[in-house]
Amino acid sequence: MTWGRSIARSLLAAAAAVPMIAGLTTATPAAAETTLRVVMHSDLKIVDPIWTTAYITRNHGYMIYDTLFAMDEKLNVTPQMVDTWKVSDDKLTYTFTLRDGLKWHDGQPVTAEDCIASIKRWGAKDSMGQKLLSFVADMKATDAKTFTMQLKEAYGLVLLSLAKPSSNVPFMMPKRVAETPPGDQISEYIGSGPFVFQKDEWKPGDKTVYTKFADYKPRSEPGSWAAGGKVAKVDRVEWISMPDHQTAVNALVAGEIDVLEAPPHDLLPILEGSSDVALLNTNPLGNQYMFRMNWLHPPFDNQKVRQAAIAALAQEPFLQAVIGNPKYYKVCPAMFVCDTPFAFTEGGDALVKSDFDKSKALLKEAGYDGTPVVLMHSTDLAVLTNLAPVAADLLRKGGFTVDMQSMDWQTLVSRRSKKEKPAEGGWNAFLTSWVAADILNPISAAGYNTGCDKAWFGWPCDEEMEKLRNSFSTETDAAKQKDLAKQIQIRAMTIGTHAHAGQWYQPTAIRSDKVDGMLNGPAPFFWNITKKGG
Amino acid sequence: MLAFVARRLLATIPVLAMVALFVFFMLRLTPGDPAAIIAGDNATPIQIEEIRERLGLNDPLPTQLVIWAGKLLQGDLGESFFFKMKVTDLIIQRVEPTLALATTTMLFTLLVAIPLGVIAAYRQGGWLDRAVMGLSVAGFSIPVFVLGYLLIYIFAVELKWFPVQGYKSITAGLWPFLHRMILPSLTLSVIYIALIARITRASVIDVLGEDYIRTAKAKGLTNRVVLVRHALRNAAVPIITIVGIGIALLIGGVVVTESVYNIPGLGRLTVDAVLGRDYPTIQAVILVFSFVYVLINLLIDLSYTLLDPRIRY
Repeated sequence: MTWGRSIARSLLAAAAAVPMIAGLTTATPAAAETTLRVVMHSDLKIVDPIWTTAYITRNHGYMIYDTLFAMDEKLNVTPQMVDTWKVSDDKLTYTFTLRDGLKWHDGQPVTAEDCIASIKRWGAKDSMGQKLLSFVADMKATDAKTFTMQLKEAYGLVLLSLAKPSSNVPFMMPKRVAETPPGDQISEYIGSGPFVFQKDEWKPGDKTVYTKFADYKPRSEPGSWAAGGKVAKVDRVEWISMPDHQTAVNALVAGEIDVLEAPPHDLLPILEGSSDVALLNTNPLGNQYMFRMNWLHPPFDNQKVRQAAIAALAQEPFLQAVIGNPKYYKVCPAMFVCDTPFAFTEGGDALVKSDFDKSKALLKEAGYDGTPVVLMHSTDLAVLTNLAPVAADLLRKGGFTVDMQSMDWQTLVSRRSKKEKPAEGGWNAFLTSWVAADILNPISAAGYNTGCDKAWFGWPCDEEMEKLRNSFSTETDAAKQKDLAKQIQIRAMTIGTHAHAGQWYQPTAIRSDKVDGMLNGPAPFFWNITKKGG
Repeated sequence: MLAFVARRLLATIPVLAMVALFVFFMLRLTPGDPAAIIAGDNATPIQIEEIRERLGLNDPLPTQLVIWAGKLLQGDLGESFFFKMKVTDLIIQRVEPTLALATTTMLFTLLVAIPLGVIAAYRQGGWLDRAVMGLSVAGFSIPVFVLGYLLIYIFAVELKWFPVQGYKSITAGLWPFLHRMILPSLTLSVIYIALIARITRASVIDVLGEDYIRTAKAKGLTNRVVLVRHALRNAAVPIITIVGIGIALLIGGVVVTESVYNIPGLGRLTVDAVLGRDYPTIQAVILVFSFVYVLINLLIDLSYTLLDPRIRY
């Protein structure tokens, strides 16, 4: 008995001592440098922003690389690394001159040759880059800072392509790096952006570290979206990998991290209740849900059946089921995103309200025989999980037979590339989400490519649409381009490339007592941010 | 003894070969395409096909197996599909946090569970015994993540005694290490305390009924000496067995705790690799886990000879 009591006393004493020791040792020492601690939406795995379209790699790209042109918050294209540019009267020759004093992280000057090699590598991988290069006859450096781009015929999207804000972004790299074959990953991570990637401190699954690039020359204009002065105001940025959302929210509330890029919507009330945390809508264009149909197999190989599906679906049920709070979503028929130059309602009205009678009538006209729609349901990403059950319910009400198959997102991503019949491992439909910056025009938005085998998953095939897209890309008159974009939206709804299932917003959470100056943008930007304390 | 150890070590070779074959085929026959995951959400089918070709995923399975096995025999575990980094380096980066978590958990478990089990056995049927057994049932019943979040909320968010998350190597100092390790170890040890306390209690109760214990008491030995020197030592074989199995399970079973407390260990590496279909990493990690299991089993067998002189190999 005595022995048992002494053990119990010792345990109690040890427990009582812990908080005292903790209190003595948790005082933060004065820091010589400011470190911004951030939890991003996922862990950085691949560090070549041309090799993958993953958003986390794009965000990494924005940290260490710079672009020739960039888009500001009014969606205007403005020079970034470029100082001056001009286009010939026949619109066939573009001349770009770089700003003075641009340097790579190894201290070497940025040259026109570097930029040409970078455009070539990007253009070999990115769909918008491929389109641009198909119009380019030649690119030549005329001096260390100047190069020309000679076109075969006039192309209306030259600057827009070079300012592409989302994956794949045309980041500039040193020539020796950019000459890495596009199919291989780069192995040297040197950019000319405001932060330097600290490769030796990178521990995949744990931490990615960037430090301020002392020799970076920001533009004089204030920062706006991806454009303007990229002034690094913290010495160090650490991306801490934290896969558990609840842990990340707790860490922000406890002040262990400064920024949480994408807190899930169901945890936002906890953050709203914390006095030291602010929620910022840093991407006011938001994101867009997409219901994608596979044109290769019945029943969606029939245009009337695709139209029936569009008639049955409506945005609000999706947004309610996933986002919940109307503060963070918008019903919006514009397929090229609301509040943008190509935002039109024409043709998109069908997406606002379900019309089950119309859906059933269209199915009857199409002779739909009850072939089940194999709908892939992603179960592990909070912003996607509830979409497929809502789609299944609406489609059933519209007269469809639905076979919803649940799987993790990575399995879905793998399966959607299969062209086999649904019964043999293929599929009929799935839902995904796009960052608005990816879908601002019919060339960058993958969903409108109807080039059959060359099209995005679902492989739509429509000559008329391809003609419209080609006309859009070669049109240099802004008003005519706008009209073509409207026609493309109407055509997309007519032939049923996909259904736009609602626009939603992802707030970023910051410690408002420490962090200030976060810019809006299509991706999270860490220049311009100040931090109090270490 | 040496011949026994050599035999057992040799026997690990076919075991690991079987594990390797099983994992290789299981991964490739389950749904999921690493190339599609690597390419990202916006990639076109053509881009995915290029990556698949580049990674050799279009080669016939036997060809892929021969290439992998050839490298493995040379001690090369391959390169991660994602990180452009040797899998060996990835494992080395992650092994320390997992070992640290497993060690502190097991130390804490042993310090608490064995005394509790012995006291419960000694006071069989009394309130202390009932309390220990009651807590033991509770320990089994609470899921690790629930306990983890509860402890974080109380001790990290509200009381601010400990950090919510993270890991500091012991090289950064003993207290910074322990400061981040106490809550995860406590969380993870509860289930093992429950298990080992129950086994200890049952074993000690068995031994306390033996004639030699009665003799020891009749000789006038103190309760402490009877319990520690005579009862506990003779009850140790089943306890060591369960502790060994516990350690083996811990090495591979720390996934949830590592996620809740954001400890960058092998458990999280495994989960990330599985979700990303990073075949080389999954294969290597499972081989390492298998080797650890085999090794721990061997150590358990060897420890029997120290505790029970009748056991000889």
